[in-house]
Amino acid sequence: MTTTLRQDRAAAGTPPGPRRPRGAGRPSWFTYLVLAVTVLVAVFPFYWMFVVASNDSSAVNDVPPALVPGGNFLDHMSEVFARVPFGRALANSFMVATCVATGQVFFSALAGYAFAKLRFHGRNLLFVLVIGTMMVPLQLGVVPQFLLINELGWVNDLRALIVPGIVTAFGVFWMRQAIDNAVPDELVQAAAVDGAGTFRTFWSIVLPSIRPAAAVLGLFAFMFAWNDFFWPLIVLNSPRSFTVQVALRQLQSQAYVTDYGVQMAGIVIATVPLLLVFVLPGRQIVGGIMEGALKS
Amino acid sequence: MPTGTGAGALRRRLPGRTVPYLYIAPFFVVFGVFGLFPIVYTGWVSLHEWNPIGTHAWLGLRNYTDLMADPRFWNATVNTFSIWIISTVPQLAVALVLAAVLNGPMLRLRTGFRMAVLVPNITSVVAVGIIFTQLFGRDFGLVNWLFDTVGLDRVDWPAGRLSSHLAIASMVMWRWTGYNALIYLAAMQSIPRSLYEVAELDGAGRVRQFLHITVPQLRPTIIFTVIVSTIGGLQVFAEPLVFGGQAGTDGGQSRQFQTLTLFLYEQGFRDLDFGYASAIAWALFVMILVLSVVNYRLSRRISTG
Repeated sequence: MTTTLRQDRAAAGTPPGPRRPRGAGRPSWFTYLVLAVTVLVAVFPFYWMFVVASNDSSAVNDVPPALVPGGNFLDHMSEVFARVPFGRALANSFMVATCVATGQVFFSALAGYAFAKLRFHGRNLLFVLVIGTMMVPLQLGVVPQFLLINELGWVNDLRALIVPGIVTAFGVFWMRQAIDNAVPDELVQAAAVDGAGTFRTFWSIVLPSIRPAAAVLGLFAFMFAWNDFFWPLIVLNSPRSFTVQVALRQLQSQAYVTDYGVQMAGIVIATVPLLLVFVLPGRQIVGGIMEGALKS
Repeated sequence: MPTGTGAGALRRRLPGRTVPYLYIAPFFVVFGVFGLFPIVYTGWVSLHEWNPIGTHAWLGLRNYTDLMADPRFWNATVNTFSIWIISTVPQLAVALVLAAVLNGPMLRLRTGFRMAVLVPNITSVVAVGIIFTQLFGRDFGLVNWLFDTVGLDRVDWPAGRLSSHLAIASMVMWRWTGYNALIYLAAMQSIPRSLYEVAELDGAGRVRQFLHITVPQLRPTIIFTVIVSTIGGLQVFAEPLVFGGQAGTDGGQSRQFQTLTLFLYEQGFRDLDFGYASAIAWALFVMILVLSVVNYRLSRRISTG
């Protein structure tokens, strides 16, 4: 990507870089210093996790500690799977995150479509209400939330994680913006003139034209569900129902002797799928966060 | 749905009136059932001695008077605010500088850097907790090894109150600084260039431009991030839990880093005293509410004054 950009600039004969507001010219040494330190700080813990995960467990206790990866990763990995039902946990997390992401895209888009394109009484007020709910610290209702889930018989059941997360205020807000930007009113009206009902218009016109925004929301929802910890810890007690994060905590707290090699191997397995999901479309996610920030 | 020929015409006119409500209903149902109702019902539970298996006995305000007299509650309150301040203030300051740098002239790899600052944010809090617990270990932690190497005294990070708060705050900072930097960066890009051009003509340097144009222009965004960090920061839970290892629920041997949410979890889901846990939840809720109002008032005074 960067190469193409550079070539384009070279071809156009423009100097690289400065289309920036503040002064043309080269980045200062300060810029380089800040960026170097930032990247180092951001990336080092990942490197360290792999170093510890792949070295002999005693190596982390050496002085000086091992600072380069070793060859014990696979041993530690099988130890992870032996101590907690990690395969099951990966499957559970994948199941939950996929359902939450799919549900959030669908239901948020549906609500976002209503707020962006349909007329009804109280539309603006209701939308303000949706935004307002984002400020409510929902975690504090955890006791009745648990009582409710218990009442429904969903303790140790993945539905306890999926149903409450199936649609969020952020998702509705995000989709309303996307539909407002990507779908012209004329298109919706034309569909109505052709006799398409509102749902048909939604399914065959609105949804296809917001695919990029829907994908970003889906990724956000997936990452959020994958990383969620507090709520799964409350409602999942039996190891068979554990998600990855709860299994990681189990791995950490059950051991009599702290074995960082095994713990870090668990983290590597739990984090790498997410890093892949992120790195591939990372550009869109970065853009998504910045766009969301502008509009809020 | 009514059927038949007479209803056909009715149905055609109906969509404009009821269908939109159907489309937005899922959100309000889910929020009502799993969000609003539980928060309100927490107040009801907090007025009882509420055991998940046994009986519910009316206590009136007893849980609250007990809470006010409970040193563990005040300990957790102090810890929560301490960790919140230590993590939020430097975090937002660093994010601001980072955003300014990312917004400045940069030769290439612009997107690469933006992704790099965001990677910590997509890492799970449990993973971050375990990694940092190792880094801040007393005997074999990398931080103490570094301290040794440069001739500083080793620190028993989890044992001390302030040192454990620093370690926990560093986890929060590591995860959220980049995210906030991206939000600031987005807002910076909508500041009109002309402001900077005028300042440059006046001979203002980069630092002066940053302090006198960028920061004031970002005020609404800064207020937004302060409010969001307050709501999140006062509910810190997983970082201290993981940092405490096996005794995580206590927040350390002498509760030196037990936060309010951790205290809530301990009372409610380890000791199964739902009534008391609910009282803690409401107390925390009130604190968050008060701080949000203070934030809002303060920001209004600043922006009008």
